Amino acid sequence: MSQNHTRDESKTTATNEVEDLSLRWFPIGRSDDAAHRHVHHAKLLGRELAVWRADDDYLNVWENRCLHRGVRLSIGHNDGTELKCIYHGWRYASRTAGCTYIPAHPADAPARTICNRTFPAGERYGLMWTTEQGEGSPPEIPALEAGSPFALRSLPFDAPAALIEEHLDQYQSGGEVTVTELGPHNLLLTSDQASIVFFIQPVDSGESVVHSVLTTAPNPQNELVVLHHHARALTALRDRIETVASRLPEPTPLEPALEQIEPTDLDGQTPPSRDEAELRVTVARKWETGEGIKAFELVPLTGQLPTVQPGAHIDVHLPNGLVRQYSLTNRAGEQEHYVIGVKLEPDSRGGSACLHESVREGDVLAISAPRHNFSLRRDALDTILIAGGIGITPLLSMAETLSQGGHPFTLHYFAQSSSHLAFPDRLEELGDACRTHLGLSPEQTGDQLKDILDSYTTSQHVYICGPGPMLDAARDLAEGHRWPESAVHFEYFKNTTEVDKSAEFTISLARSGVTTTVGAGQSILKVLRDQGIAMPSSCEQGACGTCVVGVIKGEPLHQDVYLKPGERASGERIVTCVSRSLSDELILDI
Amino acid sequence: MTTTVEECTDPVALSLWHPVVAVAELNPQEIQTTLLLGYQISYGLRNDGSLGAARQDQPRVELPVRSRYGYLWVCLGEPRGDVFDIPEAEEADRRTLNAASIMVNTSAPRAVENFLDMGHFPFVHGGFLGVEPHTEVVDYEVTIENSEVWARQCLFYQPQAAASASGGQISEYTYRVPHPYCVMLTKSSPTDPSRQDVIGLFIQVMTQERIRAHNFLSVLDEDSSDTVLKRFQQIIFSQDKPILENQYPKLLPLDPRVEVPIRADKSAIAYRRWLSELGLTYSVIPGDQNSTGQATTGQRSL
Ligand code: FES
Ligand SMILES: [Fe+2]
Repeated sequence: MSQNHTRDESKTTATNEVEDLSLRWFPIGRSDDAAHRHVHHAKLLGRELAVWRADDDYLNVWENRCLHRGVRLSIGHNDGTELKCIYHGWRYASRTAGCTYIPAHPADAPARTICNRTFPAGERYGLMWTTEQGEGSPPEIPALEAGSPFALRSLPFDAPAALIEEHLDQYQSGGEVTVTELGPHNLLLTSDQASIVFFIQPVDSGESVVHSVLTTAPNPQNELVVLHHHARALTALRDRIETVASRLPEPTPLEPALEQIEPTDLDGQTPPSRDEAELRVTVARKWETGEGIKAFELVPLTGQLPTVQPGAHIDVHLPNGLVRQYSLTNRAGEQEHYVIGVKLEPDSRGGSACLHESVREGDVLAISAPRHNFSLRRDALDTILIAGGIGITPLLSMAETLSQGGHPFTLHYFAQSSSHLAFPDRLEELGDACRTHLGLSPEQTGDQLKDILDSYTTSQHVYICGPGPMLDAARDLAEGHRWPESAVHFEYFKNTTEVDKSAEFTISLARSGVTTTVGAGQSILKVLRDQGIAMPSSCEQGACGTCVVGVIKGEPLHQDVYLKPGERASGERIVTCVSRSLSDELILDI
Repeated sequence: MTTTVEECTDPVALSLWHPVVAVAELNPQEIQTTLLLGYQISYGLRNDGSLGAARQDQPRVELPVRSRYGYLWVCLGEPRGDVFDIPEAEEADRRTLNAASIMVNTSAPRAVENFLDMGHFPFVHGGFLGVEPHTEVVDYEVTIENSEVWARQCLFYQPQAAASASGGQISEYTYRVPHPYCVMLTKSSPTDPSRQDVIGLFIQVMTQERIRAHNFLSVLDEDSSDTVLKRFQQIIFSQDKPILENQYPKLLPLDPRVEVPIRADKSAIAYRRWLSELGLTYSVIPGDQNSTGQATTGQRSL
């Protein structure tokens, strides 16, 4: 036996090794270990990993620890787009690992800081790879690039990686073997019979997994024989090495550091994004999805898009300087791109017209992070979704989320005609859960709504989005049929209320102690911003609820369409972009 | 795997009373051994009915012992006061029993938090203490009283709340943590709604990462047999065990930046703060108020 590999014999300490190796890519399993709807458990350099493949084949490599109470995510459920923790059912989106749902608080959108730690993932030579802090992609091995790589069975060893490397030349491959070191824990073994690349995964200080890839795939008739031969050779090698390892003192296990989390307040609310146009996206696809309706698929220029929860909307900054709000049609956990649907409004002031006519595939747009003011509960015994026209967009995201989770729901979609239905292919997928109501007069629509909202049963929820008159009618009906306010959720496209800006009043800011005046013609929002307060806003017409703040004292003059009647009456919150004060002073919780 | 066990030096843990065994399970004259805070101890029942315990490395030094609520309690240091009171359990017409003593590879505070936690009922105890989609945890009240953590008005929808329950109901619990490693709940008794049943989890801390959980019951139920009552608690606890053994880190992190609590975890937040204030270090990863660097997994018993 000859051995011509060189090795740095200077002994490195465990910590140095970790620092050194944290930049390297290592295999963490065979690609087929991460089957759809499964979660694979792996460990690298002492750190446990939950590895799971979404239905779109995206490979997720996450720290194996739910941020809530530390439960291993590898014992959770992979539902195809989200990973659900087994302990309290928290859900995390594929790609971003952002939390999409907290069952204990079904009405609240989870804070966007609740995000598991993710690691880069790659697949090459039939293996899955990751790196703790490295960049780029898994290493390319010339011997494998040139050949037809064929991954053999991976085998765990109770031995440190370095010890395995040292003894690899004892691998019985028939005849003389030559071992060449290609990189850290990565060696090429050649003999007359075969040439194999070994990748050693340092699981912990005293544990490893040996992954082996033949440079040339065996011909199919021979495959079993070859597999057997190598399995035997590797097992024999393992027995020898483990015997050696068992005589050495047991190495101290590695202790990877836990990352700290940004604390959130207990309401799970994070301050919404302050930066109005923080993301750059490319229009990857633009298509007509219904008569007068264009769909846009937006992909990030770099990195991942922020985690979406059903019912979210974004601000789109148009090339002509206008800012418009559009609901995302993405279901929970669908993070590859954002999809919006835009209807060409006949009286468009340049928003929808610009998107329809000027924006092309390949263009770059600035958008805000998703805002979650129309949240979906996933704890209802029955959910009714009512869409009027382009109001389908947020409800489609809800319908698909409920459908994916196996929750009972019905989507009622009111439209002018079947050609006016947006995203018909996706509606089709919903099957019987989607009912369309076409070409109805306002009167007929009213009757239909009456049928739908006829009786309320406990733990039922209704979500409505559509044109103002339809929404008003539906809300009145729900109220008449004893739907509790907490079970009726709505989103208006716009606020058609004539906003009265005449009165002048004072606002006091409880947290900073500042008192200032809101003059005629000014909005509270504007005055707050003039005070240097980074107030989020979106529609700025009292429809979306992004700029809501708490009221400690005073009587608000509500002019929005966001708050529910009970919330208005209580006077505890105010939509600052349009609403004002009936009392001389408002004390705001800000 | 062989493990050497670190002996506890935390003065707070050493001064506590620790449950070790259900007295009813002791045979006179038989000496048993167990692990407590990393110390090997022996204990037993003398012919005269008195209880005794000693560390194995100091067999002649009698440790302070108590017999309360059916358990033998041992202190490895200077006890501060008596075992906490459970007024309900003192009532004469009750059935008080040890439903099970179960070994779990976790730390005691993780088990206490799990006991305090309603949010996991539908996911871990589906069909018994909760069921999907009834997952909401409504707000409840948490206070610190007489240096104990209390949570009141804890409401949750339960399909089968107890061995004797028939059908679903909204249960109301009061939780109480009178001891860093002991927790209990009271709820109105199905037999007599004006009175309280008590369920407790009294934890014997064997090491920082291994416990024996004694499931205590004090109920007014006269109909269900011991076996039925015990089996129900055993089923419930056997559902918690695999979760507890899959938490990382095993020791409870007291630094609020290591895990994310929500409103539903108010009682756990209060418990973690309370442990910090007690200065307890055994079985927890103490939070470092001034730390700006990384939180590490902390100590490990090797
Ligand atoms: S620990 Fe994962 S949801 Fe609570
Ligand atoms: Fe439990």
